[in-house]
Order: sequence, then structure tokens, then C-alpha cells
Amino acid sequence: MLTLIQIELYKIFRRPRTYIAFGAIAALILIIQFGLKLDGKSYSDFLMKDIGGSMVIDGNIINGYLLCYIMLQLLLVHVPLLVALIAADMISGEANMGTLRLLLSKPYSRTELLLAKFLAATVYTIMLLIWLAILALFLSMWIFGLGDLFLMKSSYVVLINQHDVFWRYAGAFVFAALAMVTVAALGFFLSIFAENSIGPIVATMSFIVFFTILSTLNIPIFNVLKPYLFTTHLISWKEFFDLKVNDANEAIIGSIQNPQRIITSALVLLLHIVGFVGGAIFIFNKKDVLS
Amino acid sequence: MYKIFLLIVGFQISIFVQAQDMTALVMKVKAKLDQVNDYEADGNMKTDVSFIKAPVGKVKIYFKKPNKFRLKKEGGISLLPKGGVSVNMSSVIATNDFVALAAGESIVNGTTCKIVKLLPINEASEIVLTTLYIDEPNLLVRKAITTTKENGTYEMEMNYGVYAKYGLPEKVIFSFNTKDYKLPKGITLEFDDNEKALSDAQKLKNKKGRVEITYANYIINKGIADAIFVK
Repeated sequence: MLTLIQIELYKIFRRPRTYIAFGAIAALILIIQFGLKLDGKSYSDFLMKDIGGSMVIDGNIINGYLLCYIMLQLLLVHVPLLVALIAADMISGEANMGTLRLLLSKPYSRTELLLAKFLAATVYTIMLLIWLAILALFLSMWIFGLGDLFLMKSSYVVLINQHDVFWRYAGAFVFAALAMVTVAALGFFLSIFAENSIGPIVATMSFIVFFTILSTLNIPIFNVLKPYLFTTHLISWKEFFDLKVNDANEAIIGSIQNPQRIITSALVLLLHIVGFVGGAIFIFNKKDVLS
Repeated sequence: MYKIFLLIVGFQISIFVQAQDMTALVMKVKAKLDQVNDYEADGNMKTDVSFIKAPVGKVKIYFKKPNKFRLKKEGGISLLPKGGVSVNMSSVIATNDFVALAAGESIVNGTTCKIVKLLPINEASEIVLTTLYIDEPNLLVRKAITTTKENGTYEMEMNYGVYAKYGLPEKVIFSFNTKDYKLPKGITLEFDDNEKALSDAQKLKNKKGRVEITYANYIINKGIADAIFVK
């Protein structure tokens, strides 16, 4: 099994398209860091203009922690596309090249082959997130320094003590990995139905866009569906950055406003992963492979 | 007719004399505060504003005459009410250009206090009116309500401890009115429906903002560099 995974990883990292994702993430992060390094003051003034009516803020809000949060917000919406580029190509790519039948002639079961391919796609997804963490978190911490994390939400602001931030990022990245593996599982599932890569990649993105719109629309009839859509749960990593307050309105250090939401979202995402991969194995085992 | 005239003149004089008395009292309080040229203190700051979720933070407070004030959170971010950045009495009665009028007596935290209305003479002053609740025997301001032109009305309540001889409080509770806070979701990129968090914020809405600072370890008149006050 391990050999199969290694072979699949070799195939993934041999293709130039794999590095498009790493390059795209690096380019986006570096351009944001460059912009904020040059003109962070204007950006913070723009953010502060609403709160500035009542309060005066002393200290530098543009620090490594805030930058990482901004970049995660921006990038985790688009990373699914980069994940789909590889995951949705895992089976359909073989079919497209005409190597799928050859692959199945190896002394491994179809289930083993599929699991190896999915695990390889998972490793790629996690590596993409590690790359994101290195650039968005560690590089930003190095360039912009550390400080308290000051987050402006639509109806309130959260101030998190700098010593209480890092573990939240660790949790957020683990959660983001789970979310992106769900996307990989969807792409992987769709890839068994096609004989070229474009179809499953576009279909994966279409599903994500469609369900994300349903998840964000505030139309009561769709609210019943929302808890069951995986796109509703993809962004639950943000819950790590909301503090609980006590009766005196003091934020509790080390707390999370709604930990149950993180657990529920993680379970929903896990169920989707099991569903997509299980479904892919079930269908593929019954499929007549002709390419 | 002559008696009525005398009565009115007498009344006017009594008001004038009373006003003079209050000026004297305020000047005594000011003289007490003037013993302190500068101070540095450690503090704990608690922010209680409906739209802010902030933990209690350790801060360092610096003051230098006439009205330089800085509250600094080491390596961190601190939030203070606008207009009330100078959360100390020395800043409130920093000048001699005021008219002090007596406005009766009141009890603040069990202490009988003289109420003094302080009107600035300078028309350009940001402060429109300050009401001081002065503990006359100890020459301490127990409470102050300040109305400003730009930043509304804010209230300070002071508790004193071992540094009362310098007129320095060990706890200041600063109350103020907050403005509504709302950012478009397009800016915050919060497209999820975070109803739970909203209801929590909603629960605290319309509450008056409060900042509570507890002072400790005052270092008085040891000199503070001006650079500390540069942000």
C-alpha cells in the first residue's frame, strides 16, 4: 500500500501543473505582504474608520497574526480550485492517458488502488496547506512581527492576546486541512465518472460555487439545507478566532465562542469524506473500465 | 423697593462669593495634584464595550505634566474611549482658566462630596462642562463628569488607596456612550451566517461603555522621557 502511495505521489509531483498551486499561493501571499508592508497604515486606517468613532486604538494592528488571518480568509476560498486541479485528475487523468486498465492489471485490488490515489491526493492537499502556513503565518510573523490579534467582524471586534493566538492557528490549519481534504474527496469522487480531467475539475468547482451560494444566501427556505451542505462547514476554522465572554463582558483567554460548531463541522466534513471516497470505491468496483 | 434691590444685590454677591469659594477648593485640589510632575504605574485594564470582546490586559501608564498621558500595552493593542485618552484628573483640571460654581452636595461611594461645576473660560476649549464631586476634607475628586464638544459626555469614578496623598487613584472607572458599530460583510469577508455570535453581541447592545483601570506600583516624580508619549 505504501509503495502504491509513493508511486502516486511521484506521479503527482512529476507533473508541472502540481507546482502551479504552490506558485500561485506564493505569488498571492508575497504580493499581499509587499502591499501591506508598503502601505499597511492606509489599510489599517480604512479598517479602523468605523470603530474610530468611539474608540482610539493604540498599538500596531498590522502584525504577522493579522496578515495570516486576512490571507486565510482570502485564500481558503480559492484553494479548493487548486486542490481540485490534482484531486479531480487522479482517476480521470489515468483514463485520459489510457493507463487506467494497465494500472488495474497490477496485483492490487481496485479498493487499494483508489485508497492509495486518494491518500496521495490528501498528502498533496496537506502539503499545499503547510506551504500556505509557512508563507502566510511564519513568513508574515518574521516580516511583520508579533502582536495581539485584532479582528473586526461585522458586528463586533475581537482582541486576542498574542500569547493566545498561535494554538488557534494550529487548530485553524488542521481544520482547513480537513475542509480541503473534503474538497479533494469530492474531486476524487467526480473523477471516476470522466475520461478527461477538465470535466471533473470544472464540476468540482461548480459544486463548490453552487453550494457556497446556497450556504451564504439568507433565504429561509434554504436555511433547512444549510447544516447538511459541506460548504457551510468549510469556513468553520474562523470559530477558533472568536472568544467567549463572561457576564462582565470580559473575554476569556484560551476560550472559543462556539467549540460545538467546530466539532459539528468537523464531523460533517468527515462524513462527507467517507461518503465521497466510499461512494467512489463502491461505484468504481462495479465499473466496467474500458480506457 | 430699596430692600428688594438690596436683597437681589446680596443674593448676587452670595453666589459670587460661593463661586469664589469653589474656585479656591478646586485650586487646593489642583495644588495637591500638582505635587506630581510625572508618574509611571502598572495597571490592569478591563474594557467593557458592547461590540468589543477583549480580555483583561496588563498595561503600563505614563503621565507627565501638563497633560501628557500614555497607556501602553507591551507589544500589544489597547482600546480606549475616544476623547477620554487622558484618563486622569490632572488632565481634566490642567489649566487655571475656569469658573467654578457650587452645585450642592452628593454622596459618592459613601463619601459626602461637594459638587462643583467647572466652566472653561477659553471658548476654544474642547471641554464644555466638567462636574466634579470633591471630597473636601481629603481634597480628592471622587467623581467627574465631563461634557466635550466632539466626543460626548464621559464619566470617571475614582477610588483611592495608599497614593491618595498625591491625589492618585488606585482604580478609575471610565464610562462613556458608545456609537453603533457595524462593518459591511464585504469588508470583513464574513459571509457565513453567524447567528450565535450576533445574538451575543445583541445581548450587550445599548450598554454604556466602561473602561476600568486598576493602578499599582506608582513611580512618582522620577522623570519620564518625552519619547514615551510619542506613538
